[in-house]
Amino acid sequence: MPPGRTLGRDLLGLALIALAGLAGYWLFPDNLAFLTRVISVALLVLSLDLIVGYCGIASLGQGALYGAGAYAAGIACVHGITDPVLLILIGAAAGAVMGILMGAIMLRAHGLPQLVLSIAIVQLLHEAANKASSITGGSDGLSGMSPAPLFGIFEFDLWGRSAYLFGLGLLLIVFAVLRFVTRSPFGMVCRGLKEDPLRISALGIYAFPVLLKMFVISGAVAGMGGALAAIATQVVGLDSVSFEISANALVMLVLGGIGHLYGALIGTVIFMALEHVVAAINPFHWMTLVGAVLIAIVLFAPRGLSGTLDELARLLTRDRWGAGR
Amino acid sequence: MQTALSIAMDALAYGMALFIICIGLSLTMGLMRVVNLAHGAFAMIGGYIASFAARDLGLGYGFGIVLAMIGTVIIAVPLERLLYRRIYDRSELSQVLMTIGITFCVIGITNYFFGPTLKTIPLPAELARSVDLGFRSIAGHRLFVIASGLVVAGGLWFLIERTGFGIHLRAAVENAPMARTLGIRTEIIYAASFALAIGLAAFGGVVGAEFLPIEPYYALRYMVTFLVVVSVGGAGSIPGALAACLLLSAIDVTARYLVPDFGNFFFYLAVILVVCAFPRGLMGRAQ
Repeated sequence: MPPGRTLGRDLLGLALIALAGLAGYWLFPDNLAFLTRVISVALLVLSLDLIVGYCGIASLGQGALYGAGAYAAGIACVHGITDPVLLILIGAAAGAVMGILMGAIMLRAHGLPQLVLSIAIVQLLHEAANKASSITGGSDGLSGMSPAPLFGIFEFDLWGRSAYLFGLGLLLIVFAVLRFVTRSPFGMVCRGLKEDPLRISALGIYAFPVLLKMFVISGAVAGMGGALAAIATQVVGLDSVSFEISANALVMLVLGGIGHLYGALIGTVIFMALEHVVAAINPFHWMTLVGAVLIAIVLFAPRGLSGTLDELARLLTRDRWGAGR
Repeated sequence: MQTALSIAMDALAYGMALFIICIGLSLTMGLMRVVNLAHGAFAMIGGYIASFAARDLGLGYGFGIVLAMIGTVIIAVPLERLLYRRIYDRSELSQVLMTIGITFCVIGITNYFFGPTLKTIPLPAELARSVDLGFRSIAGHRLFVIASGLVVAGGLWFLIERTGFGIHLRAAVENAPMARTLGIRTEIIYAASFALAIGLAAFGGVVGAEFLPIEPYYALRYMVTFLVVVSVGGAGSIPGALAACLLLSAIDVTARYLVPDFGNFFFYLAVILVVCAFPRGLMGRAQ
């Protein structure tokens, strides 16, 4: 595809995301806190997609990176650093550092032991955060942070309007950067490592530093998501670094489609919207529903919603061409 | 000294309970190459059936165990035919997702029918009282769990290494197309070993209920523990699973006795260290 056309498509995609975000802002003015949480989790799922979808490493511990960002931003905020942009950067840095650690540990193993390592890391951090209650607030959660107004003008008010628009802006920037990263030669090498590691190593590329770099990028994105949640809710709970949030993130990613950045967004929005409605009625119905959806996806739509939509679109367009001939 | 002895006894009994549950998972993973995260869900179903039979119908402990094993296998075999068979040769991620899905469904459905409460399985009088071993007394139930674990380990070793079924199973695992050519019906072998693994899970769920209480989120809460044990031990290895269960239960119980406010911190620290040092598990097979 010529570069001009991909640029056009990217701009169109970003415009669509911005439009959907603003539509949410106008349609659900009373649920902005929830929508901000959706954006924060969307960043987590995007970061997971970088590891699972682009590097082919199954991880059930992405919450470690998200929680690192959330706690770093929260602790910084409690200790007097209140500028929201700076807090996001702190979250990203903490996530990136955690990404190096996690990557260095996880890349030692393959397959099932790798998956178990990812779980063990997030559980270890969970216990550590619980134990170090003088710093993290333990099981009560970290509270008492009051971020300064955004750019010195927009207060983080009770309705969460500035938090939501701030989050939306952050999501758009991150998404644009990730489109660039995944299409760069570096992103291509990652994809290659997922498809055929032997061939890539035959080309003279050593996998470990490449994958570790992706872990760092992923950590930075997840950390920003965590920091956004900390700023928006002004509380950081133990659930931000938990196995549950990691497993949910994987389910959202699979629902939307692995290896598509748009899939990560679609999956997050659909999953969290459904959860918001169904889990309020009966949490066990919600579990049954999620389980059935997972089974159905594995059996009938291994590429997730976005992949299936792609395929449908391709079939439809081919039919139209066929009819034209 | 007394503390050390209590820790050792508790760790041994807990480790054996873990072993009975996890050995089935280790076999399905090592022999059939399926990452079955729903294994704990079957242990939970076993516990629910046993609790229903022993507490609500008053049928007795032994009857509860038998009923739990049979009932769980009856539920699991159709699942094997309908769902598991389709993911035997799929990627690990697909297997993880499908079996997490099954776990969620099991949790949702059992709680819909049985209600979200803790299920107890009343012990018979012989197991509830303590037994004097000379140097100290131990709860009869713990002795029963330890004995069951040893019997399961010995029985499985005999089954896999010394019987015709074991030879067929190992052949089917080593090279399925060749085994089929030689007239071994691999689907039946797979279904039988799956049923055996599930039966053991149900058995372990019932006898281990004193250590891992049967509650609504059982399948999810202990999923990680079971998975960890198998990957530390090395999938498919009976001695490996036994070693992993005893090692991890020793660490877990000791930490709970000595530094209770650290929770599972040392458990997971040990897991990370062991997996980093032995990426294939303590006694895993080279691939």
